[in-house]
Amino acid sequence: HLMQFMLLFSRQGKLRLQKWYVPLSDKEKKKITRELVQTVLARKPKMCSFLEWRDLKIVYKRYASLYFCCAIEDQDNELITLEIIHRYVELLDKYFGSVCELDIIFNFEKAYFILDEFLLGGEVQETSKKNVLKAIEQADLLQENQNEDWGSLSADDIL
Amino acid sequence: MQQIQDQAPPSMVKDSRMVEADEEKLIKKELAALKEQVSTPTTSLKQMRECLVRLIYCEMLGYEASFGYIHAIKLAQQGSLMEKRVGYLAVSLFLNESHELLLLLVNTVLKDLQSTNLLEVCMALTVASQLFPPDMIPAVLPLVEEKLQHSKEIIRRKAVLALYKFYLLAPNQVQHIHDKFRKALCDRDPGVMAASLHIYLLLIKENPGGYKDLTSSFVTILKQVVGGKLAVDFNYHSVPAPWLQIQLLRILRLLGKDDQITSELMYDILDESLRRAEINHNITYAILFECIQTVYTIHPKVDLLEKAAKCNGKFILSPKNNLKYLGLKALSYVIQQDMNLVLQHQMTIIECLDHPDPIIKRETLELLYRITNAQNVAVIVQKMLDYLRQSKDEYITISLVGKVAELAEKYAPTNEWFIQTMNAVFSVGGDMIPADIPNNFLRLLAEGFDDEVEDKQLRLYAVNSYLALLEKNNIHYPQRFLQVMSWVLGEYSYLKTEAKAEDIIQSLHYLLGKCSASLETKAWIFSAITKLFRLTLNVKVLPEVLQNYGNSMDSCLRQCSFELKQLVEDKEIMNTVLPLDESCNDIVVDASLSFLDGFVADALGHGAAPYKPHHQRQEERLSQEKVLNFEPYGLSFATSPQISSVTGRQSPTGLSFNSEISCNSTEAGLKDSDSLKLDGVKKVWGKEGYLRKKKESKEETVASPNSESDVTADFTSTAEKTAGLSAEEQEKKLLASSLFVGLGSNNLVSLMGKNQSTTQKFRRKSKIVEGQNSYERTMSTQKAIAPPLAQIPNLMDNVLESCNPFQESKAMLLRKTASDSAEVPTEEPAQESDEAWNSSNNLKTIRAVPSASKESISGLFADGNFDIVQPGNCNSALVAHEPNSSLSPGLPVEFAEHSHSKFELVCANENIALFSCKVWKEDCLLIVLFFTNRSSIEVTNATVNFALTDELQACESTDFPFPLVESLATVKCQLCLQMMKPCARVLLTGHVTYHLETSQQTQEEFALALFLTDFIRPLKLTTEEFGHLWLSLSNDVKQNLSFTSDSPEALTVALRTLQQELKLHIVDIIGAEGIVACQLLPSTSCLLHCRFHAGILSVWLRSGCCVLPDCLLYECQKVIQKL
Repeated sequence: HLMQFMLLFSRQGKLRLQKWYVPLSDKEKKKITRELVQTVLARKPKMCSFLEWRDLKIVYKRYASLYFCCAIEDQDNELITLEIIHRYVELLDKYFGSVCELDIIFNFEKAYFILDEFLLGGEVQETSKKNVLKAIEQADLLQENQNEDWGSLSADDIL
Repeated sequence: MQQIQDQAPPSMVKDSRMVEADEEKLIKKELAALKEQVSTPTTSLKQMRECLVRLIYCEMLGYEASFGYIHAIKLAQQGSLMEKRVGYLAVSLFLNESHELLLLLVNTVLKDLQSTNLLEVCMALTVASQLFPPDMIPAVLPLVEEKLQHSKEIIRRKAVLALYKFYLLAPNQVQHIHDKFRKALCDRDPGVMAASLHIYLLLIKENPGGYKDLTSSFVTILKQVVGGKLAVDFNYHSVPAPWLQIQLLRILRLLGKDDQITSELMYDILDESLRRAEINHNITYAILFECIQTVYTIHPKVDLLEKAAKCNGKFILSPKNNLKYLGLKALSYVIQQDMNLVLQHQMTIIECLDHPDPIIKRETLELLYRITNAQNVAVIVQKMLDYLRQSKDEYITISLVGKVAELAEKYAPTNEWFIQTMNAVFSVGGDMIPADIPNNFLRLLAEGFDDEVEDKQLRLYAVNSYLALLEKNNIHYPQRFLQVMSWVLGEYSYLKTEAKAEDIIQSLHYLLGKCSASLETKAWIFSAITKLFRLTLNVKVLPEVLQNYGNSMDSCLRQCSFELKQLVEDKEIMNTVLPLDESCNDIVVDASLSFLDGFVADALGHGAAPYKPHHQRQEERLSQEKVLNFEPYGLSFATSPQISSVTGRQSPTGLSFNSEISCNSTEAGLKDSDSLKLDGVKKVWGKEGYLRKKKESKEETVASPNSESDVTADFTSTAEKTAGLSAEEQEKKLLASSLFVGLGSNNLVSLMGKNQSTTQKFRRKSKIVEGQNSYERTMSTQKAIAPPLAQIPNLMDNVLESCNPFQESKAMLLRKTASDSAEVPTEEPAQESDEAWNSSNNLKTIRAVPSASKESISGLFADGNFDIVQPGNCNSALVAHEPNSSLSPGLPVEFAEHSHSKFELVCANENIALFSCKVWKEDCLLIVLFFTNRSSIEVTNATVNFALTDELQACESTDFPFPLVESLATVKCQLCLQMMKPCARVLLTGHVTYHLETSQQTQEEFALALFLTDFIRPLKLTTEEFGHLWLSLSNDVKQNLSFTSDSPEALTVALRTLQQELKLHIVDIIGAEGIVACQLLPSTSCLLHCRFHAGILSVWLRSGCCVLPDCLLYECQKVIQKL
């Protein structure tokens, strides 16, 4: 019942987050992403949130400008996967305070941290919203203490 | 907002408004700057962190940033918490489990697992479960296991999930932890318990019988969850812990399947689950979906089935597409038990067939596929073909085409329908069609049924249909369809008496000239042309054909036209090689080539060398020239008879139809029935299917209208209720009656699964069995000329025999006397015993005798004459103590000559101390344990006791009593160990109890870490023996290790290091290849084949044991890495 991968992309088809739970080559990943983004964006709004793709089932849902898209195996439960996506969105929302696409662009590492705390290796790890956020906040707290002079490296230094 | 923008690359974020080309330019520039920045030594860790975040972003946009991978690993290694967090994240996003850089992460993960900082432990556990490949698991396993006892639930939970992932990757490595999983299941924290269910689901899937005792526990947990006993945190939209519920329902399904008693335990809770789910939310439906499946999987209970069916109705009738889809999915599952449920929903199903969303249509077809019978097959197949014509998706096409072909074969009402349906399958399936569909179809045609007349009609219909298709110009047919057509025309055109063979040849010849036909198809067409020349004396077309293809650039077509010429010239050979309507019969050939015996005898008489089979030549080359095969030992002897059976199938005329240049497809055309029995051909026909008479099936078809009328009656009653509907709806009703015909309760209600309709159209004759027999006959003749397998010496047996450590031998008796006399503290007997050791090749055991002799302080060990060799990985957690100057134990003289470890203090208090020393003897690992009395008074009734785990085996008792140890004296005991199950590291635990004078008994625990390398010994083999042994071993592992050295000596250096560190035996080194052998005590051999090329050392390990190659490879990796 493992999830194979999760992709977040924008309405324009830009990838915003990718998490692969099965080992694949970079080339395959790119191909899959390209095909899926195309397929999902072509779907009409009232259609089913599921689609068949190769030998997998794709479960997707759109939240504002972002598409959340998971791949599961055929015999798995599509509805519960839809709710996994929803719970992840709830977690992001609670953490960022009414989350928007920009939050994820600017803090995508945070989005990954939250995802890793919620799903581990493609399985639901912790279903209590409180516990997931507690773990993230504890880590953030420690981080902030060491983070007094944050921002000394500005984008201009690099570019 | 300003503050956040400083953290992330704002320039890259603009991308949504940017033109692609601009983006590319910008990112490339950014990457160049980052590359420079990360390689500058002055870049601080904090800056590095920022760089990595940007690199992750670049990779997500699809740009290559592999130069940063090593820096991600370094950051995880060196950074403080915040950097480490990003470092680990980058590693897990950049690398996958086969990436070689991952090896560099092992030590970091080990360090963090032992950290006192919770966050570090969490990160290490997360990365280990996300990334670690099977060969790296042993390194972290003991530490992860330890975490199951951690006081923080978050750590326990992550440890359980990490072990779950390890179990998925390498089940035998975590076998020993099963008991601890039970503890996790009973954990007071619901999160840890829920995590353990992942493992249990797997375990129970593999072995449902082994976990029946847990059923009531799972039921109790589910009851508590459903009853809302869990903390509100776990609620999701006011449904208590839905994920947990689903996991439990899945587990119960596995446990209750085919088991009435176990099923009865769960009826109550399933009933409650169905009842509780009244909230109208997706999550409730997700649980209901699982519930329905569980109810229909376990031993049936009528009341529950009814409730579940009603629930399923809620899904199907829902206006929401997601729920409708799931309802259809559940229905396809449920009808395996109860067909009647479909009848309840027939109108909805009809609506779904025309649903705008293809996935709903598709799921409906899936459902229809499962209810197909002889009466509704035509309608259902038509719907499937309609769908296929619209779909472009390859996966869907392949799966659906297979289903149509299967249904057509099973339920075809008439010959015409069957051929036309298959034509549609071949056209629509195009070049995506899997090979087994045409193969099955041709086999069906060729083998025929029990009714000769019917067979001929079917074949004739096929011929007519294909001729008609070929007459249409400018239509492009898929390759496989062309192949099928040409084969059928070649074989069965003779049935169409009114057609002239030369006309058919003409149109096939025209087809051959088209460039759209692939080379393979051309070979099929050509063989059809060849066969058609049997039917006609008119060879007008022949010169043209020969002229066109006799000089073809393609050797296959050239060969075909040459054969055609020969066959047309000699009708007798033609009739022998290509007899009419004999495609199912093998041509009898002299497989032993006995007609050449005279020729061979003559040649031998003239001094020719006798023929040697391929493998024999290979072996000889190996042993004589000492040249290592580039692709070593790939062929096993068992395959050689098959090889010769292929080349041996030659026609006695000397006309080679199976010569290597003619490809398979020509063989197929040339009456080679083997090509119709291709591997992987689906067997749709049960044995009884061959035996039954066609007449019976006809009777059944006659009998069925009876049940049909029942259903129509059933249907008309519903129709009456809704009288006066629109024409469109009437049409749907009509469709429904044709779809669901034959599904009434009288017909097909089976609790045991899908009822196979008995009205099958085509029944294959048992020709296949005959065919197999003749194949077996050829095989047996082949076997007679192949080298008898039994004669190949099985070296493995020999090795096993000679390594038996428990073999009573003279040497062992000698040894026993020696050790008895060794209790007298003189040096002479010790020497004598040494001789006994050396004089014998047989391996011995030592009695673990606690000898109470006082060892002198200036032990033999102390004067430094002996090599102290540390095994590769003695980085044990225990601190090695230099022997205390006043109380240092000495190693008995007979062991001092063996390599041995330093002394380690294993436990101590103010009164006693225990030291250990590992002696790596040839036949065992000898643990010498020294018990030192540090107090000023006597110690009495001391006992040392070792507790052995499954992995280890001791030769004798593990209890060692010492009745009396004087003040400041040292006594010793020895334990002989062998490793029964390979593992990278195992803890040898034990305790010592003693009394100080009359005081209370005191107990001290101790633990010693033992490693795989402690049990590895060289296996001395010759190259030839190695070759034999290699072939007899089946478990292999191959891996490339990078190894930065270009010197020509690199391989030798690497192998010498392996020899030294891991105690392997180098059998041979030739050029860039080397072979190495070792054994795991007591007697598991493991062979290594190493090849060095361009900085890569390819290591290939084989062993009789499946785990050993993995474990040993890991050790090799560590050694090579250090170089």
